[in-house]
Amino acid sequence: MPETPPRPLDLSFTQRFRFHGGLHLEVCQEVAAAHPIRPAGIPPQLVLPLAQHIGEPARCLVAVGDPVRRGQCLAEAAGMVSAPVHAPTSGTVVAIEPRPVPHPSGLPSTCIVIDTDGRDTALPAAPATDYTQSDPAELLEQVRAAGIVGLGGAGFPTALKLEHRQPIELLLINGAECEPCIACDDGLMRERPHEVIEGVRMLRHIVQAAACVIAVEDNMPEAEQALRQALVELHEHDIQVVNVPAVYPTGGERQLIKVLTDREVPSQGFPADIGIIVQNVGTAAAAFAAVSRAQPLTSRIVTVAGDGVREACNLEVRIGTPVRHLIAAAGGYGSRIERLLIGGPMMGFTVDSDSVPVIKTTNCILAVTAQSMPAPPPAQPCIRCGKCTEVCPANLLPQQLYWFARAASHDAAQDFGLFDCIECGCCAHVCPSHIPLVQYYRHAKTAIWTQEKQKRASDIARARHEARLARLERIKRERAEQLARKKRALADKEAGDNARKSAIQAALERVQKKKEQAGTRPRNIDNLTAEQRRQIEEVDRRRVNRSSPQDPE
Amino acid sequence: MLSALLALGILAMVIGLILGYAAIRFHVDSDPVVDQVDALLPQTQCGQCGFAGCRPYAEAIAAGAADINQCPPGGEVTIQNLANLLGVDAKPLNPEHGAHQEKTVVVIDEQTCIGCTLCIQACPVDAILGAPKHMHTVIQSECTGCNLCIPPCPVECIHIVPVQTTLRDWSWPLPAEADHA
Repeated sequence: MPETPPRPLDLSFTQRFRFHGGLHLEVCQEVAAAHPIRPAGIPPQLVLPLAQHIGEPARCLVAVGDPVRRGQCLAEAAGMVSAPVHAPTSGTVVAIEPRPVPHPSGLPSTCIVIDTDGRDTALPAAPATDYTQSDPAELLEQVRAAGIVGLGGAGFPTALKLEHRQPIELLLINGAECEPCIACDDGLMRERPHEVIEGVRMLRHIVQAAACVIAVEDNMPEAEQALRQALVELHEHDIQVVNVPAVYPTGGERQLIKVLTDREVPSQGFPADIGIIVQNVGTAAAAFAAVSRAQPLTSRIVTVAGDGVREACNLEVRIGTPVRHLIAAAGGYGSRIERLLIGGPMMGFTVDSDSVPVIKTTNCILAVTAQSMPAPPPAQPCIRCGKCTEVCPANLLPQQLYWFARAASHDAAQDFGLFDCIECGCCAHVCPSHIPLVQYYRHAKTAIWTQEKQKRASDIARARHEARLARLERIKRERAEQLARKKRALADKEAGDNARKSAIQAALERVQKKKEQAGTRPRNIDNLTAEQRRQIEEVDRRRVNRSSPQDPE
Repeated sequence: MLSALLALGILAMVIGLILGYAAIRFHVDSDPVVDQVDALLPQTQCGQCGFAGCRPYAEAIAAGAADINQCPPGGEVTIQNLANLLGVDAKPLNPEHGAHQEKTVVVIDEQTCIGCTLCIQACPVDAILGAPKHMHTVIQSECTGCNLCIPPCPVECIHIVPVQTTLRDWSWPLPAEADHA
């Protein structure tokens, strides 16, 4: 991809640029946005997964049986890339166990299950903060503590995204929907433009951005109008509202930046690298609620759409509400549905059951019938037509990536920019052979991650094994040394004993010699009586006997 | 004639000195091929290849004493990688050494464990924690699934369990392909 030279930002935003590829798709979002946002109510049970964001799952702080109140922190962030989870209403924790979650794998994950009491008692109100009077670092901490993550769909912890090292030229607020059919951002901007604008002001205060612009798609004039009016009402003249062509996937961060600024985010880089931060409108509103009303992220707007529900609508949903409850709030299933999708028609994934909960990143529930979204026909061989390359918004070569992914040539796939693929699904959409291209890329990406993980694990195992061998070797050496020391000590002791013995012997010999030299005859034996002589002889005899034990008496 | 001999002799001496210095300066302690082979092995240290661990097997491969298809935990992927590295043809796993299986770990039934420490001595990666006459436990994250701790256990309290797939290490499956023949 050619690097575009950094050029000064045109802050009038009069010109629109094109990103490579993209698709004009049929739009169905008016349907949902036409009705006002309705609260979905409090379901009897809420299921809150600990992993609702990108990064480490949160660490649970409550136990089964604990009563909880709305806004209470149930699980704290575990590490840098993580976000806490709060109670959306009051009730009792009845289980902390693996439950099905909205994830393409269909695997269960640890969830906190709350039986709601219907009273919706909140924690005592925390002091609200006036962001204009606060330090950005302090606001950032509040956003982090409120568990705010990107509500556009990716779920990256917002506070982390707002922490930047480079000066930020532009805060770009993304009001373009991720995908057709999703209307939660549209609805929010139409009905709560003040929230959005206040949130944008606050985010701008946090990142100290030089310029700020809100981008909406040109097929949502009501939202644009509402935002403009709110800007006037709030006397805000330094934030612009611009519209961008509704070409899928303009809602993508990189694509939106390209359209408005003609800048390209470097491969594997972040928008902050080129002085831009992109935030979703919903995230801005949630961050504002977190700071100005001390409300943690416990609810969000979800679009329920598709021809399988009676009444497409936008619902204000408490996080953890089962999808079943949302479908009921949308009038129930209209006809026999073929599939239930979480997310939009392009990037959404199928879930097996409507018991999975809404999580922070759930922007849309799509119930589709076999007529509107029939099962894809069986894939045919690739005919190398190149249509996928024409529509790829990341400017990649999808066909090459497909071959590499199929052949498990992971290195080659990475050389061809596999990790720049945003999985938008344009290539698969236009593929005349109906090859599920995106799934190949997803498979290749996860396979590469798995391999890297295994590599790390085997490196650790090698290090541990070598450490163990070194330890065993050291213990062996130390034992040998200890043994040698003991032997030496014994030998020394023996040598010492011998020296002492020989010294005694030598002394005895010296005495004997002296005795012999000194004339040898005892002096006081001249005038002895017979009795005395007998006694001496007896003593001499005893002495002789004692000195020769082999000759006992 | 003499000058030519002299010149060549001096040249030979100088080059000899340079080579001698280079041999000391750029001395490589271990065989780099062994390191490269060792880096591709899964490091389970299970000994199924017939050697006392991954490094000895790597040394044997580098020396030409062992074939590349003796590592069941590594399976096809490792054989392919080794074949690429060594420039030889890949071949199927030698069934004498066992079959490739998905990674497992072991758990100790802590109720049954008598604290004999035999498994601790058998574990090649120090993944078992315990003390004499105290209950032992396996550090799951460090267990390589070599199963070397199972035979020494006198009370058969060590069991093999498959590794649970979580959301974080789940992989998208490769799409099922129709037969285009």
